[in-house]
Amino acid sequence: MVTIHHYMTLSAILFFIGVFGVLYRRNLIVIFMSIELMLNAVNLSFVTFARYTQSMDGHVVAFFVMALAAAEAAVGLAILVMIFRNRATVQADDLRLMRD
Amino acid sequence: MQLVAFYIFAALSVLGAILMVTRKNPLGGAVALVVSLASLAALFAMLHAEFVFILQILLYAGAIMVLIIFTIMLLNLSREELKEPPVGKVKGLFILAATVVGLVGFIRVLRLLPEGTEYVAPTFGNIEKVGTMMLTDYLYPFEIISVLLLVAIVGVVLLAKKII
Repeated sequence: MVTIHHYMTLSAILFFIGVFGVLYRRNLIVIFMSIELMLNAVNLSFVTFARYTQSMDGHVVAFFVMALAAAEAAVGLAILVMIFRNRATVQADDLRLMRD
Repeated sequence: MQLVAFYIFAALSVLGAILMVTRKNPLGGAVALVVSLASLAALFAMLHAEFVFILQILLYAGAIMVLIIFTIMLLNLSREELKEPPVGKVKGLFILAATVVGLVGFIRVLRLLPEGTEYVAPTFGNIEKVGTMMLTDYLYPFEIISVLLLVAIVGVVLLAKKII
């Protein structure tokens, strides 16, 4: 039988892979995709808890998270294109206007 | 049988995620992420979440990933532009260690959860029920989300304009 532990462990693994990607990589596109992965891992835990508590609120919340992710993807990618147009770079380390 | 299916899809999603984080070229990473998201959709189906399963395929593996891949191809980055400044060995090891410690601690805490039952009500995960809930109990969040999407659309149009 697949228990709640299986799903939650998978969710934790995916989330921390996403955390590692955000911390380690410097490419803005990869950081962006890592955030998407983290949102998905959280969605998995929402749906898992919905299944094991037999209440469907988790499905609705997962839908809200997806709508948020869609809005975030649209705005984030637009900002990315703007940065590339103005600065010709996608490396997070090159964006230090506020630091120096 | 369910356990075998779970392990196959779990392995696929973790593999896709690891490939996405480690690939130098973001286009390859995006394709790996699509694999990861699609196997997550299969897991949603195993959890009797029909609505989330359909949305995962349509919205995530479909719309959002197409948007990301389009952007990557639009930017058309050269090899020099993709070259990342190397992360120091100490810093890299520290990040890896911190992530692994966080993961192990998290899994330790998860063990406290009750295992849960195998029982699933026959109507559980029904799209009709999710829709009813969304327009009754969650009416205000639903409306706020639609306003948020509108704001996002206007913001993107404004950002994408050359001269503001």
